[in-house]
Amino acid sequence: MPRITRKWELFPGRNRFCCDGRVMMAPETGVFYVTVCLIAGTSGLFFAFDCPFLAENITPAIPVIGGLLFIFVMSALFRTSFSDPGVIPRATPEEAAYIEKQIEVPNNGNSPTYRPPPRTKEVLVRGQPVKLKYCFTCKIFRPPRASHCSLCDNCVERFDHHCPWVGNCVGRRNYRYFYAFIVSLAFLCVFIFACAVTHLIMLTRDNKPFLEAVRLSPGSVVVGVVCFFSVWSILGLAGFHTYLATSNQTTNEDIKGSFTSKRGQESFNPYSQRNICGNCFYVLCGPAPPSLIDRRGVVTPEYRAEQERVSEDCIVTDKTYGTVKIVQPQSNGVAVPISGSDDTGSTNNLVSNHQRQQQQPHSSPHVEPMNGNVVNNSSQIVSNEVPLASLNLAPIDIDEIEPLPAPGIRQTGCTVLSTAGLESPGLPPVATVMTPLSASRLRLLQDTTMIESALDLDSLEEASIGRGSQAGLIKLGAI
Amino acid sequence: MPMSNHTPLEDMSAGRGQGGGGPPQNCLKVYIQRDYSEGTMVKFQTRFPSELGDRLDRQSFEYTINQLNNYFAEAERASCSTYCEGCLACLTGYLIYICTETHYEKCLRKIAKFVSEQNDRVYRPRGLLLTDPTTRGLRLIEISVLDRPAS
Ligand SMILES: [Zn+2]
Ligand SMILES: [Zn+2]
Repeated sequence: MPRITRKWELFPGRNRFCCDGRVMMAPETGVFYVTVCLIAGTSGLFFAFDCPFLAENITPAIPVIGGLLFIFVMSALFRTSFSDPGVIPRATPEEAAYIEKQIEVPNNGNSPTYRPPPRTKEVLVRGQPVKLKYCFTCKIFRPPRASHCSLCDNCVERFDHHCPWVGNCVGRRNYRYFYAFIVSLAFLCVFIFACAVTHLIMLTRDNKPFLEAVRLSPGSVVVGVVCFFSVWSILGLAGFHTYLATSNQTTNEDIKGSFTSKRGQESFNPYSQRNICGNCFYVLCGPAPPSLIDRRGVVTPEYRAEQERVSEDCIVTDKTYGTVKIVQPQSNGVAVPISGSDDTGSTNNLVSNHQRQQQQPHSSPHVEPMNGNVVNNSSQIVSNEVPLASLNLAPIDIDEIEPLPAPGIRQTGCTVLSTAGLESPGLPPVATVMTPLSASRLRLLQDTTMIESALDLDSLEEASIGRGSQAGLIKLGAI
Repeated sequence: MPMSNHTPLEDMSAGRGQGGGGPPQNCLKVYIQRDYSEGTMVKFQTRFPSELGDRLDRQSFEYTINQLNNYFAEAERASCSTYCEGCLACLTGYLIYICTETHYEKCLRKIAKFVSEQNDRVYRPRGLLLTDPTTRGLRLIEISVLDRPAS
């Protein structure tokens, strides 16, 4: 009997599959094993050292509660890590060709330069304009709230973020598991910490020295220290995701500030159920969407042929996109310090702020004149978000910098990349500014910061291309 | 665990609602796009595509799309029973999904059945073929015009 080929074996993304496609994870899973070991190890120490004593001296309910919490945490973690986060299947060749034909705009003869076809289209969601971006990898216009995860190389529905700790993207299908994991982990952490501290205090009760207690129960000390240091970030994360769930936002949208009113434009979250409880219920217990990628489906010859045509198409079209990009970063003709060019005002502002945090001791004199050069109002938006930038670089969303002409945006990408990629403080900032965009450097940035929601490769390229053809933006109201 | 996630799709891909081999390639395809005006729930545009003008009457087309929209609305409706299902699953640490099927998956079965029934009754006699939107990632409904080559 011939071996059955299942669809996960031909899956175009970079995910890892185990158990014949039942388990699906991100390509990098190292940190996930750290998470599992940390949780299992700490809980193991707790059950070995604290539980027998506490069950005897306080109540036998303690090991039971601890055990239940531990099972819940692990089950939620494994579900988050092993399930499909909501990957949107890539377009079939026919569909890709159809979209390609649709967005092709006839070039009018009187424009001197070739305008690449627009790569965004606008729809109205409950009266709120939402921009759908074209995904060059998946060959689709991404549905609202979807984003392309550059680590897994998939578009993910209601993309929240790519979480290396759970070794998977967090998206529409596994957000509820992720939230359950975070919240239950917070409870478990607090519970274990309290128990360990109680145990140590009870050991020192009879005027015994503290060292004696440590000698009697060294595990409790280890457990206490681990829990003490991790509980703060876990509690913070649980609080943050509770806030997101009550407002039906994703981390991605919150970082980008998608629903904050800007430049006098009224903005609201069109996906919200308009009340806190409704949002929570909908996000956490609402209808569970199905997996759309059919990873366990059997590959038919037609399916295989179609997949092969997709990969052929990819090679061909990549070439054309390559030529479309006429945006040249060096074209400004500005010599080494770009302090004179207006369109990089926002970039400079952001970069210099960022650098000041990185290289406090030797803040270079080059930085100052750049910072003063705030020209267009888009720089306002960026600089408002600088405090956040120090955290994780995420708010540098190229999409938000609208009035900039294409070369400026191109440089935004470059500058941000180079400063984050090369953190050597000795280099004068100006030298790094002109480094051209490279995918490998972007990848490096993403790997170091582990935040790729706002800065994924696709959106960067789209921003530079899409902006160049803003005049031709398709206005497509739904219906 | 994901072990149960695949079942309905797997079944569908076996049947595909078309009885053999899936939609043919190299023929004209008409796509019905999603309608996002009310949010991200699955809903398709009901505008009648002009390419089908000589094959299909507007009523049967609109009936199909509206019916599909109703099925999806039913699947995604935030009703009391779905909430109970979600809460129960959460209380069991999501272990219940190993052995049961979600409401959504049941609805997808109904949709696959509806598509194949519409194909047999309406579309195939007129040289058309409707593809289950689930197999296209719920992005669009694909209608193949079987005897017309792709332009
Ligand atoms: Zn994509
Ligand atoms: Zn990912």
